[in-house]
Amino acid sequence: MSSQSLVEIRDVNFAYDNRPVLKGINMSFNKGKVIAIMGGSGCGKTTLFRLIGGALKPTKGEITIDGQVMHELDQQGLYEMRRKMGVLFQFGALFTDMSVFDNVAFQMREHTDLPEEVIHDLVMMKLHAVGLRGTHNLMPAELSGGMARRVALARTVALDPMLILYDEPFAGLDPISLSVVGQLLRKLNDALGATSVVVTHDVQESLKIVDYIYFVSDGVIVAEGTPDEIRASGKSFVHQFVHGEMDGPVPFHFPGGDYRQDLGVSA
Amino acid sequence: MPIAKSLRTIGHRVINAVWRIGFAARFFVMTLFYSGTSFRRFRLIVKEMFSSGVMSLIIILVAGMFVGMVLGLQGYETLKRYGSESALGSLVALSLVRELGPVLAALLFASRAGSAMTAEIGLMKATEQIAAMEMMAVNPVARVVAPRFWAGVISMPLLAAMFSAMGVFGGYVVGVVVIGVDEGSFWSQMQSSVDFQHDVLNGVIKSLVFGLAVTAIALFEGYDAPPTAEGVSGATTRTVVESSLAILMLDFILTAFMFQGA
Amino acid sequence: MERTTLDLWVGAFVVAGIGALVVLALKVGNLSTYNVSESYQLQAHFTNVGGLKPTASVRSAGVLVGRVTNIVLDTNLYEARVTMSIDKRYQFPTDTFANILTSGLLGEQYIGLMPGGDDKMLQNGDEFKKTQSAIVLEDLIGKFFTSSVDAK
Repeated sequence: MSSQSLVEIRDVNFAYDNRPVLKGINMSFNKGKVIAIMGGSGCGKTTLFRLIGGALKPTKGEITIDGQVMHELDQQGLYEMRRKMGVLFQFGALFTDMSVFDNVAFQMREHTDLPEEVIHDLVMMKLHAVGLRGTHNLMPAELSGGMARRVALARTVALDPMLILYDEPFAGLDPISLSVVGQLLRKLNDALGATSVVVTHDVQESLKIVDYIYFVSDGVIVAEGTPDEIRASGKSFVHQFVHGEMDGPVPFHFPGGDYRQDLGVSA
Repeated sequence: MPIAKSLRTIGHRVINAVWRIGFAARFFVMTLFYSGTSFRRFRLIVKEMFSSGVMSLIIILVAGMFVGMVLGLQGYETLKRYGSESALGSLVALSLVRELGPVLAALLFASRAGSAMTAEIGLMKATEQIAAMEMMAVNPVARVVAPRFWAGVISMPLLAAMFSAMGVFGGYVVGVVVIGVDEGSFWSQMQSSVDFQHDVLNGVIKSLVFGLAVTAIALFEGYDAPPTAEGVSGATTRTVVESSLAILMLDFILTAFMFQGA
Repeated sequence: MERTTLDLWVGAFVVAGIGALVVLALKVGNLSTYNVSESYQLQAHFTNVGGLKPTASVRSAGVLVGRVTNIVLDTNLYEARVTMSIDKRYQFPTDTFANILTSGLLGEQYIGLMPGGDDKMLQNGDEFKKTQSAIVLEDLIGKFFTSSVDAK
């Protein structure tokens, strides 16, 4: 298993100013797979994401990517590692002062010495893969939300990364764009032979495209398994999450005092 | 209890302010440290000079023209009382080259280009563009901040010179063409009183320092802005206020150093 | 390489800025009559410099020939020692008079040079032997009063 795994997360703890966010997380992402990390809002998904990207250091434990421990890398090593990673941010994070073409070409120009004609062809190929070759002259502000997300996807895979991280790739998309992005995500991963990690709370879409799912709640993994196992899971938390029920292990009411006392009608 | 509480608030604010100053200083040093990329790829600076320098041209030229015209009118009214209208040229030129050119151009630059820089970088941060760049293994200070910094530092003296030249022209139009001061004495008095090294070069040095201060403040405020709509708009306001104060304070200090002997 | 319009604008901007600086230097300032490299230093002692300042002009027959660079108090003589830099093109005899004069009644003070007839010329670092100090208005008025009192 370990020879096949690209990312190993071992007993990772993380706290912001003594407020624990992650408590003893263990995960392993195998090569060529699409893995989803799910959980309710504020469960520490984004923190985990930033830990994998090396933007934060774990308080305890370690994250290994391709055999290298992330928090032991210096700035140079971290940058080397990030060149092999692609990251898609929540709303795409396209550079607003550059055209679509320049956005996709950005990393090629920054990190390679390729001649401009080669870059042009590469950018067109990447844009074609997401079906948006015709937009290369537009500015990001002229794109719809779904199109911007696809351009961002093209930019993310510009340098053929081995590990692709997606932060809420489905947030704020209409159903059509949502399934387009979902399918593209899967296709690009398989075409590049990369490993993808999707942080999301969109259960239905994720169940369709991913290979393995981790459920995170209150900083611990509460459930994991393949989509089929998750669908069949009898765990009440998973059931509530998958079916979107209002009350369950994740309570509707924030813990408070006695209701009648708050209303001033206590006996 | 309220005293203890307000003391704690004051203490908190002071510590925060010192913290911010420290961060600002480190940010400034980092900007200088990572400036290599901008000079190896000068196009990055050229692109930013367009948005900070060229876009400020119209306001600078128009304002310079009007300031010069006002100086011509006011100066004439005052000088006439002492019968020395012929000194109008030196009055207009000296006040523009030494003070009004660098200071007013910098104030206009702060509100036109400085605020735009803050808003742009603040928005880049709010929409995670800065974070995205970092995750692409591109240093945002080298790629986004440093080119803007140098573009501002280069543009400012050029803008100030244009402001002064335009102002002298405005003074000439009002003084010589409209009022009818003798053209020969207008220019000759100007030339005999304005010294290249002492006045013109010192004005250029002033505007360089102002450009440095304004862009450094604008970039820091943008980079330090909370990544929300309120955060960015607050930072934009702070840029204009802080850089205006910085310009006027620096002007006093520089003037004291430069012109104390004469 | 695209976007040549941008380059054009920035180029025009830089040219205009440098042009403005040149105008300030030549038309507004005195760079056209200024030669920094080719000059030599001369000194003069005055009992009183009045309102003379560094950068004040040095003129001979009304022509600008140099500038005052430094004014200090010489504590051996308790006189002011004025250093001026003179354009290399102009040479003055050793017996030249250096006077502090005023342009107009309330105008700027400057140094006027009145050449003598000596064959030898002043060299770099030499000193004017004959000087006349600034006329201080208060002294003049004072003298006028004492002389009119004596006359009575």
